[in-house]
Amino acid sequence: MFDSYEKNTLHYHKDRCINCKRCTQVCPHGVFAEGPEHAELARPTACMECGACALNCPVQAIVVQSGVGCAWAMISAALRGKDMDSGECSCGGADGSCCGVQEEKSSCREGK
Amino acid sequence: MAADKTVVSACCASSPGQDTPLCSCGTDHSTLPEIRTTDSEITIANQFDHFLARWGINRMGHQVEPGLCRIGSPTADSPVLASANYTLSFDAVRSALAGFDAYILVLDTKGINVWCAAGKGTFGTDELVTRIETAGLAGIVNHRKIIIPQLGAPGISAHDVQRRSGFKVEYGPVRARDLPEYLKTGKATPEMRRVQFPVRDRIVLAPVELVHIALPAIIIAAVLWFLAGPVAVLAAISAVVAGTVLFPVLLPFIPTGDFSIKGLLLGGVVAIPFSAAFASTPALPSWALLIAAITPLLIMPAVIAYLALNFTGSTTFTSRTGVRKEIFRYIPVMAFMAVSGIILGIVLYGSRLTGVI
Repeated sequence: MFDSYEKNTLHYHKDRCINCKRCTQVCPHGVFAEGPEHAELARPTACMECGACALNCPVQAIVVQSGVGCAWAMISAALRGKDMDSGECSCGGADGSCCGVQEEKSSCREGK
Repeated sequence: MAADKTVVSACCASSPGQDTPLCSCGTDHSTLPEIRTTDSEITIANQFDHFLARWGINRMGHQVEPGLCRIGSPTADSPVLASANYTLSFDAVRSALAGFDAYILVLDTKGINVWCAAGKGTFGTDELVTRIETAGLAGIVNHRKIIIPQLGAPGISAHDVQRRSGFKVEYGPVRARDLPEYLKTGKATPEMRRVQFPVRDRIVLAPVELVHIALPAIIIAAVLWFLAGPVAVLAAISAVVAGTVLFPVLLPFIPTGDFSIKGLLLGGVVAIPFSAAFASTPALPSWALLIAAITPLLIMPAVIAYLALNFTGSTTFTSRTGVRKEIFRYIPVMAFMAVSGIILGIVLYGSRLTGVI
């Protein structure tokens, strides 16, 4: 109840995993944990769909519809009659665009 | 240029005869860009620049020149770290590297921080591979290793970078302040790999959120001043401050997972004093008092919930699937509350204007 973030689009095909551990290094929310044979899906509901794991998986064992969870960007896209999901975050765009806000994300800043 | 010569000598001294396309000694080195020198000091001018960035002033103006920088006195064996050309990102890295000898490869992210730039691909595989090539990095260092901030990973495909540039990507810690330990131990602990969202990180976002909605808020407050008086203006200001300052601060403490519900709850609490104040307006019939009490309870939570929902883009953990779900679930509710509140307000104003009350 009142948790829209329980489900996401992350799919992990354990059988393809070659245990390179990249996913455990790139995930900022500890979704993947190291295992003896292959990576383990430890906290699937914590996934924020940033797409880092899928992009860095050399054997395509991870699939996720990556995108930025930004209501501002999605609502603006919808208001302009565009597809909400096509709406890549307009970082670097005009003032007031979503990532104008997100750019201040301090964990980003401190993440070099 | 003097700096160009430094590149040439560094290159030829470190890798004599090495067969790399960009640094084979005896070919034309004048095309290699200079390596700029930076240090770890954060000056008053830097702090002023950070302050302006935090207030969203001259948003796209907080940039450093992309390209290779040296910090300390790096040799051909020194580590290479990638960063974004946003001053807050670059300054966090260079200040963390105090006492280290290293190279910083600044990617052109158009003045956007690493994580957001990675999300849209400007901090990406193509840009990284191109920068490695144009900087002639293969001729400057002996090793083939580049440290990428972990939050750059949504834009970087490590295996593609290695295939295309020969450089092996190693993901560093999430936070620049963990770099010293990472460089000493060569390992990022699980703690360093996790993104957090502590109160300090949440509150620094408040100024830019506030600036974002300042103009419409001022206009609405001015209109309310003439139509409904000073208490209504105070209610508008309270809603804006609650949605942009109080909400980020209280985020983890408000119940439920959905930002809209959190916003509605916070808005309900904030609206109560105003509801009570309007309900005690002297010399009004009881039906008018009831409307006056209900109006803020409808409008204020709707406004605060909307501002709360828009904060999703600033957080470190909301997924697009979840945000989409929230939009479809709660935007209609917010719209219904706001519109019915406004209609009630108009009824009250109309009744007063026509002398009914």
